[in-house]
Amino acid sequence: MLCDICGKKQATVHLTEIIDDQMTELHLCEPCAKEKGAQMEKHFDLSDLLAGLADMGSAPGLQVDEKVKCPNCGMNYQDFKAIGQLGCSECYKAFKKNLIPLLKRIHGSIQYFGKMPAVSAARSLKPGAAKSKAASALQQLEDYKARLHKAIQEEEFEQAARLRDKIKELESKK
Amino acid sequence: MKLDDLINQTSEWLRGTGPQSDIVISSRIRLARNISKLPFSHRALKAQSQQALKICRNAIESSDFMKGSIFMKIDELNSIDKQFLLERHLVSKELIAKSDSKAVVISEKEIISIMINEEDHLRIQVVQSGFNLSQAWQIIDKIDAELGSKIDFAFSHDLGFLTACPTNTGTGMRASVMLHLPALVITKQINRLLQTISKLGLTARGFYGEGTQASGNFFQISNQTTLGHTEFDVIDNIERMVRQIVTHEQNARKILNAQHKIEFQDRIYRALGTLKSAHIITSNETIELLSMVRLGMDMGFVKNIIMSKLNQLFIFTQPAHLQKLEGKALSPTERDVKRAEVIREAIGK
Ligand SMILES: [Zn+2]
Ligand SMILES: [Zn+2]
Repeated sequence: MLCDICGKKQATVHLTEIIDDQMTELHLCEPCAKEKGAQMEKHFDLSDLLAGLADMGSAPGLQVDEKVKCPNCGMNYQDFKAIGQLGCSECYKAFKKNLIPLLKRIHGSIQYFGKMPAVSAARSLKPGAAKSKAASALQQLEDYKARLHKAIQEEEFEQAARLRDKIKELESKK
Repeated sequence: MKLDDLINQTSEWLRGTGPQSDIVISSRIRLARNISKLPFSHRALKAQSQQALKICRNAIESSDFMKGSIFMKIDELNSIDKQFLLERHLVSKELIAKSDSKAVVISEKEIISIMINEEDHLRIQVVQSGFNLSQAWQIIDKIDAELGSKIDFAFSHDLGFLTACPTNTGTGMRASVMLHLPALVITKQINRLLQTISKLGLTARGFYGEGTQASGNFFQISNQTTLGHTEFDVIDNIERMVRQIVTHEQNARKILNAQHKIEFQDRIYRALGTLKSAHIITSNETIELLSMVRLGMDMGFVKNIIMSKLNQLFIFTQPAHLQKLEGKALSPTERDVKRAEVIREAIGK
């Protein structure tokens, strides 16, 4: 079978594409598939990440108990690995030891710097709007300080430095 | 307002107005939120899903920002209506796939849409025309704060908002900008650009073509991570990147116009000619050609077409929209005929 795009080389890659809600098969040669692949959506592949983490499982402190169960929803870590989704908010506590390295892999950080629930973001995008949000800014500042303290205790110096910057930034806006 | 009223209006993101709207089509932000302790959608029992739906619906309907909105239960919609909402980017594929206890709330001008019992209990989405992430953020931030005062959101001080998938943990925010980059595609600079973007912690993907090849030269740039940065920093980062891409696209357009003017104009006028006279046309060909005509309009070659009307064609020529316009189900061939008719009606004269 010849390639659907160039019509010259032997098709070795077979893709299915949905065009106009119809499934269409595409048969491509390597170079054409590569060109097409460069534009393909990059799906986050959780199972690859999880597999990668299992490889480094021999590191101390990373002994993963796959049978550990979430007391709230009954999910265990193995279920999570299979599905790629947690069962409920309490799973985050139950699987904390296993989740932290995973989150670090995904996001490059495990420090939360975003807004608090039920308040508008501490620092709004337009400087003029900042005044009305003084209260939540203060709350955010307290939160950063608490996390800075914790980061220093846990010898997470890189995170501590970033938190210090955030605190400085917030304090300069007061 | 009802679902059928939507077809008579232009979605906010297709208005073709707003900052830099020649290259930036729209700016979109979504937040993922969940109810504390209640199992996430995929793990919820029927009664728990119904409970989540009730909690979310009550909170949304008692909020100021959703006055005049439409609430729709997905299992009460037929398949064309579901597809219609998907084509308008008001629901996700996931939401309409399995419909039990799922719903969507859409604001009057289609600026806000809130999905209930998608992957997360709540997926709040705000869209703005043009390059306007800050405005989108200001709107969604208020909605989130109001809903957060009524719903006990799953949140931890260490990790932020807790979501079903760990890729959303933290801010639960995905901010994205849709760009029209035909000149970067024609001059073959696009792949290198997309690679650079992905190295900078952002995701770039083709907008049409259902997850495989991007057609019509539309690309969506969004943040990849949700921990380690404030929402402000994430938005700022995307904005800086988008400003650079816009400059590259503008330069590429200038170069094309200066060095290959005849070929360039030829492609644009041929695209317009085909759209004006075709009697059968597929969805993919339509998007490719509309993209070229849009470029011609941005460059000042094509003058007597209104931008919002052209933008609307990108959506109105999709399968469910054609079937809504016709008022009945159409086979793929019948759709290709109807599509050509809709296009000729809009820009044929
Ligand atoms: Zn080939
Ligand atoms: Zn759980």
